[in-house]
Amino acid sequence: MSGESSPRLAQPDRPWMMRTYAGHSTARASNELYRRNLQKGQTGLSVAFDLPTQTGYDPDDELARGEVGKVGVPVSHRGDMAALMDGIPLGEMNTSMTINATAAWLLALYIVAAEEQGVAPEQLQGTTQNDIIKEFLARGTYAFPPAPSMRLIADMIAYTVEHVPKWNPINICSYHLQEAGATPVQEIAYAISNAIAVLDAARERVQSQQVMEQVFGRISFFVNAGVRFIEEHAKLRAMSILWEELGRERYGVTDPRQLRFRYGVQVNSLGLTEAQPENNIQRIVLEALAVTLGRDARARAIQLPAWNEALGLPRPWDQQWSLRIQQILAYETDILEYPDIFEGSKVMEGLVEELLAGARAELASVAELGGAVEAVPYMKAALVDSHRERIRRIETGEQVVVGQNRFAETEDSPLTADAEGGILVVDPALEAEQVEALRRWRAERDQQAVDEALARLAAAARQPAGAENLMEPTIAAARAGATTGEWAATLREVFGSYRAPTGVGEAAAAPGDAELDELRGEVARLAAKLGRRPKILVGKPGLDGHSNGAEQIAVRARDAGMDVVYEGIRLTPAQIAASALQEGVHVVGLSILSGSHRELIPAVVRALREAGVEAPVVVGGIIPEQDVEPLREAGVAAVYTPKDFDITQIMRDILALLDAEPRTPLAVGGASAPGAA
Amino acid sequence: MALGARLRERDLTAAPEALNLLESSSPDAIREAAALLREVSPAALGGEVPAHLIGVTGPPGAGKSTLLSALLAAWRAQGRTVAMLAVDPSSRRSGGSLLGDRARIDFDPSDHGVLIRSTAAGDRLGGLARATRAAAQGLAAAFDIVVIETVGVGQAETEVAEVVDTVVVVVQPGSGDVLQFLKSGIMETPDVLVVTKADLGQLALRSRRDLAAALRSLGNRTTPVLSVSSVAPPSGIEELLMAIEEHRATIDLPARRLRARRAGALSEFALEHGERALRALGGRAGAEALLAEQDPGLDVASLLELLDRAIGGERP
Repeated sequence: MSGESSPRLAQPDRPWMMRTYAGHSTARASNELYRRNLQKGQTGLSVAFDLPTQTGYDPDDELARGEVGKVGVPVSHRGDMAALMDGIPLGEMNTSMTINATAAWLLALYIVAAEEQGVAPEQLQGTTQNDIIKEFLARGTYAFPPAPSMRLIADMIAYTVEHVPKWNPINICSYHLQEAGATPVQEIAYAISNAIAVLDAARERVQSQQVMEQVFGRISFFVNAGVRFIEEHAKLRAMSILWEELGRERYGVTDPRQLRFRYGVQVNSLGLTEAQPENNIQRIVLEALAVTLGRDARARAIQLPAWNEALGLPRPWDQQWSLRIQQILAYETDILEYPDIFEGSKVMEGLVEELLAGARAELASVAELGGAVEAVPYMKAALVDSHRERIRRIETGEQVVVGQNRFAETEDSPLTADAEGGILVVDPALEAEQVEALRRWRAERDQQAVDEALARLAAAARQPAGAENLMEPTIAAARAGATTGEWAATLREVFGSYRAPTGVGEAAAAPGDAELDELRGEVARLAAKLGRRPKILVGKPGLDGHSNGAEQIAVRARDAGMDVVYEGIRLTPAQIAASALQEGVHVVGLSILSGSHRELIPAVVRALREAGVEAPVVVGGIIPEQDVEPLREAGVAAVYTPKDFDITQIMRDILALLDAEPRTPLAVGGASAPGAA
Repeated sequence: MALGARLRERDLTAAPEALNLLESSSPDAIREAAALLREVSPAALGGEVPAHLIGVTGPPGAGKSTLLSALLAAWRAQGRTVAMLAVDPSSRRSGGSLLGDRARIDFDPSDHGVLIRSTAAGDRLGGLARATRAAAQGLAAAFDIVVIETVGVGQAETEVAEVVDTVVVVVQPGSGDVLQFLKSGIMETPDVLVVTKADLGQLALRSRRDLAAALRSLGNRTTPVLSVSSVAPPSGIEELLMAIEEHRATIDLPARRLRARRAGALSEFALEHGERALRALGGRAGAEALLAEQDPGLDVASLLELLDRAIGGERP
């Protein structure tokens, strides 16, 4: 028996590309990690940059403090990029870079590093994430306002189609939308809306329909997959249907190869728990099935998170464990031996139809607002709202999270028993070393060449969009030895800077329930005691743009009846202190997920006290157990981590804190109080 | 030194604490706040404070925050100190509020010449928070410029107009409702009208033309209608600064301030005691007549006490 009647493929499929999102400390340390990962059977690279690099600041910038080398590798100039890719043949490697606001710059550095290896741009393969709309919506590492940001993307597309033809200049990310709370329908609709905005911008830049077809074919996606893996698989099938439809109808694409929906994936981190973290492995395996099971909507590239992401930064061993999941799926199971196993499934078709109908309606809403760029505030508010609903369901137990809101009894885990608590700790001395290395780089380069290159870049940026492609002066500046911070500062000077909408103001008020009523009663009692309604400042120090947690705290505090000053992301300790003082808040809530809490939180507390603000400080985020006590010693009243999923309880704690606080900044403040002298 | 005295000596560091006091509604605080306001009243100072009180109001999304960032930078460049009171609506259901405006206004945290304070409107509908009027009066003793930012259109600028010297209404291109409100008289004529997003070109131009035409049809030939853009390169900011200055130069400042204080006391009184208490004073006209007899240098809190006494009540 063989041939047409066999349920198997004649030839098993080749495995997808296997990557690990990696990078930390320095270019050299990350290079060693990459090489080791490739030896272990990883087939592509996925570069994680640190937040200063992602947002366009050098390690010696005030905003970079505490963030250098934390969530990724710092790359400040072509020397760093050469060190990062040292010994890795760039002509053969397929490199994905999670880089957005500064994508043009990092691609330029990569092109120059390849040049130094003797590799021509035409040979380069890989992806720059470059999806700025989702940065405004969900991830926060933007640098410039929307219009010039879209211009940079269009320039990159126009440039790569011609000069780096195998490069995917943009990866439309629905990944971060789900992390920010998107439902499957929202994830589909906002990602496709986003792609439309990019393609429309690119269409104005390219000359012919033929090139437009190529542009369409170079757009790839970066999706998320949650643990409801059947529905998640249906989501990907729905996306591929919509994508093909869009190509044919809106952009006149006819070539079936260019119409193919291509995506990479990082499976869900939002659902990974701090409680009983070993359970995350099961979740990751099931999520991987969502993107591999059905051949018609299978991922081209996969990277899996590590089991301990909710605890802190994963170590190489943790990441290896996740790579091995992929390898077992691809090489041990029979998953690659069959045609699409869902073909003809009524359930799957029904699910796809349901998602398509929902997504089409939501696509129409965004279009009505004038497209994705204009609809950022609408989409942001919708995401904050969905996320709040998700948290509510977990708090009430409607949505079961094993080990967290159910089956919470546990033995001690040997996995977290070591001194570091089972995570990677980046050496805090490293930041100073990076700053020193950067100073040496600046001292040794040809300063005049750098100045001229940056002046040319500024001149090009001042031209109207489309007049001059910014990639060329960007590559010239990379070659001359300019730094990431200098490139971005030059463009900030021309384009201006920007703060994205926070979405919290627009988020609908929660319907009252017994718990909320209890909180409101307590707030009213405290308001009478304090003389004013309790006022909280919620902010994020540092460069970390993951604002979901802070937004949920802000919305809940409002729903509980408090006055909430929501300051958003990217704040210096001095800004937080000035705001707390001027606003006369009773309590300060800070959120950090980037691992920079050990430097930044004490700095904020110091700045507050120096400004004369005695309000208690509470902290939430990914804070490893062993860091809690030092933060308390630094003056923090309470620390919350992902295992504290019950926000109502956090609110109760905060109100109790205000009730007990003897030094709330009430009207009367010591010797300077009116009538006191 | 007492807070009032510190404000009089233009000690800006007294401002946050003064605001904590002025916003407080505990009986002790209300007494102390009244004392503070008396210290900075025209009667105590021997005349009106030189500060320029400016109201900036407009519908959400009109670009007020971006515009205020630009104005703030320009005023600071002139060396003038600025206090901004941003009033946000509160949630009806919970009484809580999200005060997101300060995140949208660029300021240098090390610059002590700037203060931004966000307050919730609470259960007030007129656009101002309970303490806004008192806060503006207190801060005007110490700062060169006091801005009150409110959200909304049609109602919001009415109450603001009772407090400030110059009302600036900010709209974005294509806001037909503002045009209708103006024409129908729901909205009082602002002192300066600003159309944002001049970078939108034709649409912005047309809006500006329509608004100017509507004003003319109402017989108003003095309100300037300006077009600004905050997108780099910004435009129209200088013209707006000048229009705001010019407006202040043309008004009878002591008369406007006096009217504002008396009107303020009256609305506070009506809000606190209701229309019935007002009738005891012979209605609105009777109350106005009573106020007109008083020392023009009295602050709002003193006027309010006076009205309270007139109906036989005492301030708590």
